[in-house]
Amino acid sequence: MGHDGEDSLATSEGGEELANDRSKATSPPRDGEDESTIRVLKEEGAETSSKVESSTISQARFQSLETEQEYRPPLPPRPTNVNLLREGSYSPKSSLQRSRKTSRPQLLSTATTALSRTDIHTQSYQDGSRETFDASAQTTPPSKATAAFGSIKRIKDLSGSEGGDSASVKSYAPSLETGGDVESLLGEVLGASQESPAWRLHSTQNGALNPFDSVAYEDDEATVDFYREFDEIGAVAADGENEEQLLNQWKSKRKHFLILSSAGKPIYNRHGDDNLISGYIGIIQTIISFYEGAHDQLKGFTAAGARFVVMSQGPLYLVAISKLGENDLQLRVQLEALYMQILSTLTLPNLTHMFSNRPSTDLRRPLQGTEPLLSALADTFTRGSPPTLLSALECLKVRKTHRQVINDTLLRTRCETLLYGLIVASGRLVSVVRPRKHSLHPSDLQLIFNMLFEARGVKAGGGENWIPLCLPGFNKNGYLYMYVSFVSAYESGGEEGREGQNETGKPDDIAILLISANKESFYDLRKMRDSLVEELEANGSMAIIKSAVRRGRPTATDIVPGTVLRHFLYKSRANVQFTMPSYEPSFTTLLAKRRLLSLYHALHASVHAKNAHLKVHHCISRESISLAWVTPLFELYCVAGPHASRNALAQSANKVIQWVRREEERVFIIGGAVF
Amino acid sequence: MSSRVSTGARPGARFAQFKLVLLGESAVGKSSLVLRFVKDQFDDYRESTIGAAFLTQTISLDDATTVKFEIWDTAGQERYKSLAPMYYRNANCAVVVYDITQASSLDKAKSWVKELQRQANENIIIALAGNKSDLVAEHPDKRAITTADAEAYAREAGLLFFETSAKTAENVRELFTAIARKLPLEQAGNRGMRANPRQGVDLRPEAPGTQGGGACNC
Repeated sequence: MGHDGEDSLATSEGGEELANDRSKATSPPRDGEDESTIRVLKEEGAETSSKVESSTISQARFQSLETEQEYRPPLPPRPTNVNLLREGSYSPKSSLQRSRKTSRPQLLSTATTALSRTDIHTQSYQDGSRETFDASAQTTPPSKATAAFGSIKRIKDLSGSEGGDSASVKSYAPSLETGGDVESLLGEVLGASQESPAWRLHSTQNGALNPFDSVAYEDDEATVDFYREFDEIGAVAADGENEEQLLNQWKSKRKHFLILSSAGKPIYNRHGDDNLISGYIGIIQTIISFYEGAHDQLKGFTAAGARFVVMSQGPLYLVAISKLGENDLQLRVQLEALYMQILSTLTLPNLTHMFSNRPSTDLRRPLQGTEPLLSALADTFTRGSPPTLLSALECLKVRKTHRQVINDTLLRTRCETLLYGLIVASGRLVSVVRPRKHSLHPSDLQLIFNMLFEARGVKAGGGENWIPLCLPGFNKNGYLYMYVSFVSAYESGGEEGREGQNETGKPDDIAILLISANKESFYDLRKMRDSLVEELEANGSMAIIKSAVRRGRPTATDIVPGTVLRHFLYKSRANVQFTMPSYEPSFTTLLAKRRLLSLYHALHASVHAKNAHLKVHHCISRESISLAWVTPLFELYCVAGPHASRNALAQSANKVIQWVRREEERVFIIGGAVF
Repeated sequence: MSSRVSTGARPGARFAQFKLVLLGESAVGKSSLVLRFVKDQFDDYRESTIGAAFLTQTISLDDATTVKFEIWDTAGQERYKSLAPMYYRNANCAVVVYDITQASSLDKAKSWVKELQRQANENIIIALAGNKSDLVAEHPDKRAITTADAEAYAREAGLLFFETSAKTAENVRELFTAIARKLPLEQAGNRGMRANPRQGVDLRPEAPGTQGGGACNC
């Protein structure tokens, strides 16, 4: 999904419409009450339907079952390759075959792990368009599919708490089917094989598990590799002796980003130096230009368990190579962000000018010094980034009246030359002041946040900063100038100010960003910063911000007491903002976080697949059960441990929605301060 | 760090504030010199400065004299070149840095000196700093520019000269102190530290009085 220029930090209508929409969008047609589908699901689950009744709203799996029979539904064509149901995992080969046969390469499905003995059905709640398909589903004997899974009974027993579940479905995009060692890293998220040792070990465990809790994975070789993902690859020795070893190290990385000019000059690569991988750069360039020569632009391909996505932007080729299971769309968003970072350094006219003058321009020189920014972005994507996945911003949770005071202070101290003024705390927006006719673009803010909170360059300087930068979402043709200073959130009240910048290691600092179009306005903005901080101190706002930062995000159980929910992402589409609970306590390690984000990526891919028309999507795996729920107003993704019941998850999802409605003006900035 | 809260803040003490700009090729160690001077820290793996950083540091020359530097630490990359005038305009002093292990960095330094002498404040005090002397101490063959050559050039161009190491702190304090001693303190005006008690750094924006005091001392 591209960054939507129009929305940004625009205003929304608030809670009322949210409620309306919720019932509209998700209630099954026959259910007249103002109750969500999720609620209905629960009731059905309790009955353990003996007749045509579905518990899972996502569809893809069952439709592919049907196609096994003579009957073909009139609605979207489905994969006909039945064999893939019988295989525990996919081979890249089969995925290729299927991609050719289906007209919907974005959404393919894999076998469920929790089929019931009763009939398998599906039902379209979302709109009337699938009713014909419903009828046909009744005639489908599921025996074949059931037989395909020898271990169903065991799985069923294991997930005993889900007595009400009669079926489940997992859908994912073809780019996820990378097979091989990815399985052990991403496990069930990617549709790993059914009988791994880890699974056997897992099945002996009991009790309330957190998602991805299985210890067995930690010993896995590929897993350990992920902890080395960000290690630097050394330089090639003069005699080239270590080259092979370095190349192996290079190949073991799960994610690569390459940027090269259309003339084939390397511009940026995340891992390894140019000498080491010049051969690969050459190959990539040859492949891309081969297709370009045939006027058939190459968008992406899968090879050796990795998904290659190519984006061509004017004189630049950007390539993402991922074994982490993102789909093309998601990788494209990441490439887009890297391209924006380059524009942010050079501006578009400069970039095109350089290449139109000399197509063989070496862009490394003009970009010198920005590699850390590109790498910080790349690593954020490799670790998994909710803001990028959702193309949305996160705000610091502050009471509405407190935020109002901060906004007013910003407006009061505003100086003439100010364009945008922002207060940001550990990557979360606290307050923003902007001209009425300009909004702020999430993609621009992502670049700024990356520069300030992910890359270390600016903060390590320990002073105030004056940074020329282009914000491509705002205007990709020119520079703006940004004043930045940090206030430590851990400073005792009185000692505040520029002196408090010693603790450069702390990620939780509060940044004051004042952006102007005038390059001479440093001293004006600096003056504004001083009076701003002074006033915020005086009216107690600074203390409020600091304590909010120190408090961190609430945990899922703080938000919904006693919930089975371990984590969720809630995106408000109108505000282009999202909120989520703390990663604590379940997802503190790098790997656990990556697994969680991979699951979110898979859910996101499913509900955003072209023609999917999914509104609610359940995904049950042996590691977790999860739910995606999409309406025109919001997107909600939530995850619970593998032994949680789907009903409990659905209930919790409803509670989250209620919580967000209650807290909407605290967790989101609605409107912001405008002048 | 300790110099910030000066002991010389008795009545009649002299306090002067000067604007200093650091220039030089990228990766010669400008930011590291500043970080050593201002915070007495060193960071082995430093990312490039983006744009420019603004820092302040106060040193006391003697019991009665305190000098506050407002330091512009600029980024060395070519693309920031057009912004440089904004930083050296009105600067009272400049530190032009090169890397003694990189021959080309002295050429760049020379062109900065030329530009400063042509474009900047007429009385600007320029210091030439050959940084990374620690590298040469360990491996003498790494040196690309001899002390004598650089010194001869500095004398010829009328510059202060030091070989420094931000890593070991060698000559860093000396460099800034030498600049402070050369600055025209008398005309810079007296400002009692008491006006600003306990707080080492003046939080107000640049005071035109002091700023101009240094600049118009012809």
